Amino acid sequence: MSTFKRGIHPFGYHKAETAEKAVRELPLPKRVVLPLQQNLGCPNEALVKVGDEVHEGQKIADSAKFVAAPIHAPISGRVTKIEKLPNPCGFDVPAIVIDAGENAPQEARYDGKWSVDELAPEQIRKIVREAGIVGLGGAAFPTHVKLSPPPEKKIGAIIINGCECEPYITADHRIMLERTEDVLYGAKAIAKAVGADRIIIGVEDNKQDAIEKLKYEIRNGSTSSPYQPSREKSRDTKSETNTKLEIQSLKTKYPQGGEKMLIKATLGREVPSGGLALDVGVVVQNVGTAVAVAEAIKLGKPLIDRVVTVTGSGVKEPQNLLVRIGTSFLEIIEHGGGLKDDAAKLIMGGPMMGLAVSSLDLPVVKATTCLLVLSKKEVREYEEQSCIRCGRCIKACPIGLTPNFLADFIKLKDWARVEEYHVADCIECGCCAYVCPSRIYLVQYFKIAKRELQTRKAVCR
Amino acid sequence: MSFNISVSPHIRLPFDAKSIMWVVVLALLFPAAAGVYFFGLPALVLIVFTTLVAVITEAVCQWLAKRPITAADGSAVVTGLLLALILPPTFPLWMAAIGAVFAIGIVKVLFGGLGFNIFNPALAARAFLLASWPVAMTTWIRPFDAVTTATPLFLVNKMHQAAPGYWDLFIGNRAGSLGETSVLAILIGALVLLLTRVIDWPAPAAFIGSVALFSWLLGHDPWFAIMSGGLMIGAFFMATDYVTAPVTTKGRFIFGLGCGIMTVLIRYFGGFPEGVNYSILFMNILTPLIDRYARPKLFGGR
Repeated sequence: MSTFKRGIHPFGYHKAETAEKAVRELPLPKRVVLPLQQNLGCPNEALVKVGDEVHEGQKIADSAKFVAAPIHAPISGRVTKIEKLPNPCGFDVPAIVIDAGENAPQEARYDGKWSVDELAPEQIRKIVREAGIVGLGGAAFPTHVKLSPPPEKKIGAIIINGCECEPYITADHRIMLERTEDVLYGAKAIAKAVGADRIIIGVEDNKQDAIEKLKYEIRNGSTSSPYQPSREKSRDTKSETNTKLEIQSLKTKYPQGGEKMLIKATLGREVPSGGLALDVGVVVQNVGTAVAVAEAIKLGKPLIDRVVTVTGSGVKEPQNLLVRIGTSFLEIIEHGGGLKDDAAKLIMGGPMMGLAVSSLDLPVVKATTCLLVLSKKEVREYEEQSCIRCGRCIKACPIGLTPNFLADFIKLKDWARVEEYHVADCIECGCCAYVCPSRIYLVQYFKIAKRELQTRKAVCR
Repeated sequence: MSFNISVSPHIRLPFDAKSIMWVVVLALLFPAAAGVYFFGLPALVLIVFTTLVAVITEAVCQWLAKRPITAADGSAVVTGLLLALILPPTFPLWMAAIGAVFAIGIVKVLFGGLGFNIFNPALAARAFLLASWPVAMTTWIRPFDAVTTATPLFLVNKMHQAAPGYWDLFIGNRAGSLGETSVLAILIGALVLLLTRVIDWPAPAAFIGSVALFSWLLGHDPWFAIMSGGLMIGAFFMATDYVTAPVTTKGRFIFGLGCGIMTVLIRYFGGFPEGVNYSILFMNILTPLIDRYARPKLFGGR
């Protein structure tokens, strides 16, 4: 079975709690809060002002910058506030608040319905950008940017990421099972946008049902299986006739869903140190992103909702929910019966890379894959001990770093050595800190060091 | 409601440094038990006494330095136990006490405590005792009847006498340090460490393999070479010491190989009958250098 080197097998995946639970739609929230910066890249400017009536799907914020994705109204209602509010990343950013009010909810008005076969790559990119789509696996990088490789980079393959290697989360698993056709449709659109003639869907082998479902859909697909381009088309464009689609079952190992690890496992290629997936002719997109692309093309629907796994021993009813962007965490948690008394830690994302947040009064953003609530007995504050040089971090690091030495150099502020030992290549997956018997907060040190090196470079040049 | 805030990852493997130390202690109990079986009550007294002195020394040193007292973390127990296992079974207790104080006080604590010492404390203390009391350190007894005799390595390599049978060497029915004689007991302990992944194979495999290979090339019996002296206990319990051996798989292999070559050189060309002790101490010096160059290949690196 193909995989990457090193990595870890977390003790207890906790996926069973929600893996069988079909995605349910959360009732429309009465109020949504939309931070103007939801993703990596540049912040947006509001296109509406306080008092404006907006309808569901209306673009309400955008930026002229390339690395940005617009924001749309997830519900119909009235803009009641535009001010700095807390966002899940830990600081206050300007946000638009929409209240549904007493008025009957207006019908959604989506503009445009297309078919991927009729669209040119340029048009697909434009639709994706206008729909405000970002990577839904958690990094939230604007998708249209990834779909616009520089002309000198030939993209041979796209990989659809269905690994979902973080413990607890099952949102992508459910998407692959319930939205199989749209995953494939979106994949085709993404491949077309970048001119790739090979599509690989990588799924960890702990999701056999998803693998079977995808294979079934490709074999028997509904009448318009996206992988059998119409005859006329196949004569026209050579690339389409050759579009190869494969499902690859990958070893269940964390962080299999990391972009670099996934490319290594599926194609055997290593993204060069300091480089991007583009450098090895690949574009990687998450399964949820593929569905969002399919919806944008087929329905003209912008990214206004996403699937969120609500789980952990601190919630009464773990489940998968389809929620509107901007819904408060509180509303989502209460829909699952609320918190248990011993809830102690709220994490946006998974237990390995997720962000611990301080309050339930925060909105779901495009990057919210999961709300994980850990109970008191699972939350321990570890006191760092001296490194005993056991080497477990080195055996766990998928990048081939020596986290123990890096931490030493960072503590000594020996920045030349920190750079020489490749801290910039760290993907912050947390494997090293997970296995460290001395409970050293390795990832914390690396985050600090990366920022420090960036600032130092900025000052020097 | 206020939630706990801390950096990711939010879960940790439930296996900490303390657990590791106690697994090592458990593994060491097998050779210790074999020593008591073959050499009787004095061996038991020596083991308990040396271990106690080591733990107390660490506690006192930390108290004097006004540092948190971590003597119960198991690492001093490991050092004390290891030291007792590489001493002659009838070694005087007061000398053993000085050895334990030297191991913990000088070799470990003075260099910064757990994680910072350059030399393996037990081995450095053994070298110190050998230099201070060479006669007491080379007074060996036969198992069961406690008659004074020489070690097989001395008899074979220096006196050119016949080696004991393989079975006696394997179960430990021969003269030697308290815990080094029973290959069987050491292998059981090593198995515990390997199965719990407390140690990995590169250092012991390279160490034992290279001693066997070079002994054979030099015309010696490789089976005798690996089952005599302190090779087994050294390879599995000393060359795998986290703190004083390299951290990477590659580095650990190089370390084991270096230990093997040094052992062969000392045994067949040096003045001492046994070279495991000095070979490991010698390679301890090279550990930082090996660590510097034996790093894993960077993902996407050239």
